[in-house]
Formats: sequence, structure tokens, C-alpha cells
Amino acid sequence: MNRALENVVPVLTILAGLVVAWYVAAVLLNAPFQRDLDRRAGETPGTMEFIGKTLSQPKPTMPAPHQVAQNFFENTFLRKVTSNRSLVYNAWVTLSSTLLGFAFGTALGILIAVGVVHLTALDRSLMPWIIASQTIPILAIAPMVIVVFAAIGITGLIPKSLISTYLSFFPVAVGMVKGLRSPEIMHLDLMHTYNASSSQVFWKLRVPASVPYLFASMKVAVAASLVGAIVAELPTGAVAGIGAKLLSASYYSQTIDMWSALVAGSIVAALLVTVVGIAGRMVERSMGARPA
Amino acid sequence: MTVTEATAAASVVQAKGLGLTFRTNDGPVQALTDVNLTIGKGEFVSFIGPSGCGKTTFLRVIADLEKPTEGTISVNGLSPEQAREKRAYGYVFQAAALFPWRTIAKNIALPLEIMGVPDTERKGRIERVMELVNLTGFENKYPWQLSGGMQQRASIARALAFDADLLLMDEPFGALDEIVRDHLNKQLLELWARTNKTICFVTHSIPEAVYLSTRIVVMSPRPGRVTDVIESTLPRERPLDIRESPEFLAIAHRVRDGLHAGHSYED
Repeated sequence: MNRALENVVPVLTILAGLVVAWYVAAVLLNAPFQRDLDRRAGETPGTMEFIGKTLSQPKPTMPAPHQVAQNFFENTFLRKVTSNRSLVYNAWVTLSSTLLGFAFGTALGILIAVGVVHLTALDRSLMPWIIASQTIPILAIAPMVIVVFAAIGITGLIPKSLISTYLSFFPVAVGMVKGLRSPEIMHLDLMHTYNASSSQVFWKLRVPASVPYLFASMKVAVAASLVGAIVAELPTGAVAGIGAKLLSASYYSQTIDMWSALVAGSIVAALLVTVVGIAGRMVERSMGARPA
Repeated sequence: MTVTEATAAASVVQAKGLGLTFRTNDGPVQALTDVNLTIGKGEFVSFIGPSGCGKTTFLRVIADLEKPTEGTISVNGLSPEQAREKRAYGYVFQAAALFPWRTIAKNIALPLEIMGVPDTERKGRIERVMELVNLTGFENKYPWQLSGGMQQRASIARALAFDADLLLMDEPFGALDEIVRDHLNKQLLELWARTNKTICFVTHSIPEAVYLSTRIVVMSPRPGRVTDVIESTLPRERPLDIRESPEFLAIAHRVRDGLHAGHSYED
């Protein structure tokens, strides 16, 4: 109980600080527009009344936390989940392409790592391209991928999730290369004294040794996948998803909607990272890891 | 059959003019020069010397973990590589080198899995070697749940599991404290007596070498070479207090002299 409190108190302190800073920022950023409105209406409100008004504009420059919270609550819990205004529905659309892309990306990353570790030629030829691939801005690639796939008749989930794959294979590939190369010389020597074949060394030593690296890199990859899925929805005219919601809200200056979509995205990201973390801990525990 | 052929047949390890030079960025380093040594079946041979004298390198050459650059060496009458392919030896490293994701029983099963020993046979073998090193009851523990001494015993059990006649041990007790080390030395002697294996044992402890060995090979660095080979006159049956006997002290003295002669402390 006390330990739980010790963990929660610092987090809550930071959160409270952020909320206060957010309110201050909201007042400051919304003040010029509010002053403008008041001048045109010929009103001279008192300080407290003025501050209240800056925090309740319908399309504020910077929405106040309670406005976002209210919008988030309404769009998450008070709407039918099938409604295209529901955040649950939009989050699900994004989540499905995130998960598909993440699965592809993890598989691709592992495959590349296995190749790189076993074939010197691949190590030399592929690795620089893999690193270069991540320097290309995803926003530039995304529309091209979608357009090219649409031209050959593939639309919808697959091209979107490929953007996620593009972002998520990289951390997995790099992590797994490191993981598969992590066995100590002594363990490799030991296998050599048994005259073990390279497939035995791979399955009995390299793979189990790489598991902690795999989950650490999957945590990064799943968050990158979500970013990929959201970005993929922006230039494609997607009708649903967190990205689509962000884009349409920005067209109509519905800043509160934008912020609550952002909050939904962060919650999905936090959940995904947590789930991968828990899965990793369970697998490592079943492999005899010392409980932390 | 001539006498030399007979000894060659009975010898487990035979090195003639063996040398190994490592190429490094600072130029060649002579790890071993002109080592001539024959180790017979059932012997317990210790290699002792300061660091850099090539004792571990020699063990690694026997194990085909290093290739010699001069001379010849045979293991069971074969080249080290052929001997390794026939799984002629068990190797015990300085650290236990257990796989952390395997239980103790599964760690001991590792060489058996690799060598394709059938499932039905594995269980009995694991039980037997765990009993040999006094670890019965710890089958399902993970390495981190065991003390350093127990981990090293598990790694010895792993090296015994596939019944190689030759055991190569590279400072296996070097990282353990004196009390645990005494205990394990005694157990190792008992194990040697029960299994009649040939043991090559690298150490830098004089009492350990004298207590365990039938023969002590004293080595010296720069270049790594053999400076003295001492036959032990101690009986095979050795209680721990034999280490206070005059005979023991005389051998220890000769080992110490050999180490001093081969090693200049001025440089």
C-alpha cells in the first residue's frame, strides 16, 4: 500500500504541475482573441470573469483541460461505439492497422536480424540501407505508398498498416541483431566443445538470449506503429481513425476535438506499450528470470 | 609394438614441439613455445603458472578452441578437431557458464540434447551426474537461485553428463572463496577416484595443484613454456589434512621454486 503510494505520488505531482501550466497557457493564449471579442461587444469584464471566458471559448486557440476532458468523456462513453464520432470507434480503426503493421514489422525485423547475423554479406549490404530508410520523412513516403497501392487496386487496411510496418521493423531489426549477438564468448565456446551445429547454436543459445532484447525493441516498435498508423491516415483522406479525426478537426478549427483525439491516441499508445511490457515480463518469468 | 607406440596408445594427450603465436596489433605474441608433454589415461595433471604463461591456451588447444601454429598434438590419438567432433572431452570454464533460462537439470541436459541422446536415457544420466556432484534436489532451480560453488558444481555435472573420458578444467574454482574451494577440491578428488577420468586442471594456486594432481606442470610466461614437470609422490587417497604433511610441503616448495626460476620479478 505504502509502496503503491510512493510510486503514485511523484507521478501525480508532475501531473498537477502540468495541469496548472496548461491552465496558465490556456488563459494567456486565448486572451488576445477574448479581448478582441470583448472590445467589439463593448464589454469590460472583471479579471475573474475574463479568465472564465478565456477558458470556455467554443473554438479556443488552446483548449482548457476541463474542456478536453469533457469532450473526451462525451465522445468516449456517451456515444454508441459504432458512431463515427465515437473516439472508441476511431481508436479501434487506428488500432487495427497499428496491430497489423506491428505484426508485419516485428516479423520483418526478426527476419532481417536473422539474415544480418548469419550472412556477413547481408550485414555489409543491408544494414546501411536499413538505417538510411529511417532518415526518410514518413510524411513524404506515406502518400506515395497509399497512391501506389491504390493504383494496383489495394486500398484500406493493408497500405495503412504498411506505414506502421515501415516504422516498426527498424527498432526490432536493430534490437534483434544485438540480441542474437548477445551470447558471451564462453557460451559460444561451450557450444563449440559440444560440436553443436549452427542451427543448434541458433535455437538453443542465440534465440533464448535475444528474448529480452526482442521485448525491449517491441515496446519502441509498437509506439512507432501507432504513430505510423496515425500518420498514414492524414494524407489519405481516411474517413475514420485518430489521424482522420485530427485532420478533420483541424480543417474546422475544432481544437477541442483535436486535443481529445490526441488524448485518445496517447491512451492507446500507453496501453499498447504496457501490454507489450507485461507480455515481455511474463515470457521472461517463464524463462526463469529473477523476479525484479 | 614398440614401447613408444604403446605409450602413445595409452596416452590421452600427446604434444610434440607445440607452439602457438597470436598475431596482435602490437606484433606477434608467443603464447606457447616448444611444449612436449604426454598425459596418460587416468592421470590428474595440473598446469600452474602466472598469468600469460599459456596454461589456459594449452587447454584450449587440446579442446580445439585454438589452433597451434607449430608442432603437433593428438587427443586420444586423433587431431583435436576430430576428438572434439567425437565429443572426447568435457570442458569446465572459469565461470559456470550456465544458461540462465534453463533450470539446472535442463542445463545438464544441453549437451545430451545436442548430441542426440534419447529422451528416455537423459533422465537417468542427469540424475546420476547430479548425484556425483551432490546437487540432488536442485533439478528445477534456476542458476541464479544457486550459490557460486553450486553453480560451478552444476557446470562440472554438465561436463560429465556425456561420459567423455577426458575432463578439461580451466581454473574452475578460481572465483570461489577458500572454504568452498577446499570442499570442492575434496569432492573433485572423490569424483576422479570414482569415475577414473583423465583430468587436465589449470590453476594458479600452489596448494590446489599439489593437493589434486598426480603430476604438476609448471609454466612460465614470455614466451609461454613448460619449465618443470613434477611427479607427485602423494598417495591417491588424500584427506584434506595431507596438506600439512612434510611430503606435501616438499612438493609445494618445488613448485614454488619452479615458478620463481621461470619468472623474473625484476621486469
